[in-house]
Amino acid sequence: MIAQRAGTTVLRRVAGKPNTFFSANVAKFGLAQPLSTTQLRPVATQKITADEAAALLAKQRLNRPVSPHLAIYDKQQTWFGSSAWTRITGASLSGTLYLFATAYLAAPMLGWHLESASIAAAFGALPVAVKGGIKFLAAWPFAFHTFNGVKHLLYDMTIGFHRKQIVKQSWYLWGASLVTGMFLAFFL
Amino acid sequence: MAAIRSSSALLLGAAASRPALRTAVTSSTAAAVRGMAQVADAAQQTATSSEKPRLKTFQVYRWNPDKPTEKPRMQSYTLDLNKTGPMVLDALLRIKNELDPTLTFRRSCREGICGSCAMNINGTNTLACLCRIPKEDNSDVKIYPLPHTYVIKDLVPDLTHFYKQYKSIKPYLQRDTPAPDGKEYRQSKEDRKKLDGLYECILCACCSTSCPSYWWNSEEYLGPAILLQSYRWLADSRDERKAERKAALNNSMSLYRCHTILNCTRTCPKGLNPGLAIAQIKKELAF
Repeated sequence: MIAQRAGTTVLRRVAGKPNTFFSANVAKFGLAQPLSTTQLRPVATQKITADEAAALLAKQRLNRPVSPHLAIYDKQQTWFGSSAWTRITGASLSGTLYLFATAYLAAPMLGWHLESASIAAAFGALPVAVKGGIKFLAAWPFAFHTFNGVKHLLYDMTIGFHRKQIVKQSWYLWGASLVTGMFLAFFL
Repeated sequence: MAAIRSSSALLLGAAASRPALRTAVTSSTAAAVRGMAQVADAAQQTATSSEKPRLKTFQVYRWNPDKPTEKPRMQSYTLDLNKTGPMVLDALLRIKNELDPTLTFRRSCREGICGSCAMNINGTNTLACLCRIPKEDNSDVKIYPLPHTYVIKDLVPDLTHFYKQYKSIKPYLQRDTPAPDGKEYRQSKEDRKKLDGLYECILCACCSTSCPSYWWNSEEYLGPAILLQSYRWLADSRDERKAERKAALNNSMSLYRCHTILNCTRTCPKGLNPGLAIAQIKKELAF
């Protein structure tokens, strides 16, 4: 403390007007501008009791905003994260299966024709691009989910956690699943 | 460099307590102080005359608890990088010292060992003191508080819950038997090696607040930082309460909300691997 006092004494001497030093922020700024070496900030503190402090804290906590998250975090990690997409592709594949199976069960009662023969005939009549497109909608999620499923099995064995690997393998798997999806859709 | 210089010079008051400086300050009082200021000015003048200013704009998240009805906003500050230190923290300190003293953020060690200045810089969580100001392009640097935390003010997040979660895992050596030699608990070099990559964690909360799973489930999910610490005690050969520690984690929320998204490992400013530590806990629980 004494050493700090010595520091302020020095500053006071530099200012040359000790009376205004404590009373006015203007004087502080006048001093602080030429000397960037001084830590003087226009801060006023007031003493409050512990109860008042607790009440203030409780009041502030009610108002605190949640800092931004999805909107500002690195898009590559949040929107293209393979973990989330493994779940999305898995859910869409199984959801499609459930929908179709339910429709297949209900078909005789509703008079729909969902037999393999009629579906194959209807599908065969479509142009090649549409056929491939529809197949890709199923083939890409299947490929992505399969590859990333294997990756997550490896994760369970604590394999593949190196920092550099993580970024690379994520892009490799996106590429591989797209290529495989295209192959299954257009060449099979 | 000016920011480093001025921030180190800020310590003048404290530095006066060091014997060497004290004599200098007390003996030639005014001259010493003026001298420093003149040196700083001269350095700035040479910098401005020799190089053209390299301006960089920093967009900083602002919110003031004294005006709770005002929405959080982004405020832009432009600095000349020739006069600023290399790290984002240098820029923030310079903004606070020279442009806007109301800007609020935590900082302490300025060398990545305290974890105070953890914040979201250009989309990823890191320590401002270890993050260089990107100089390749002219794009603005965007600085937010740690994502999905309650904001106390500006860049200061409320980490109370995070620390409570840390307390809940009992982060200390638990033993029932005394040391064999009555002095200290010894471990082999191999056992000590198991703690490498775990003990370095400084609990800056960068990884936990990068984890989408922790964003949505922070009430119950412990998050990568705390789970890495959990594993630090599970991996410690001297600890004797492993079964208890494992039982505490063996539920659907505490540990298994980790879906190996691995943002934690990608963001850790200390280069640790919380994702791997969590996978190892899962493995230990499974087998």
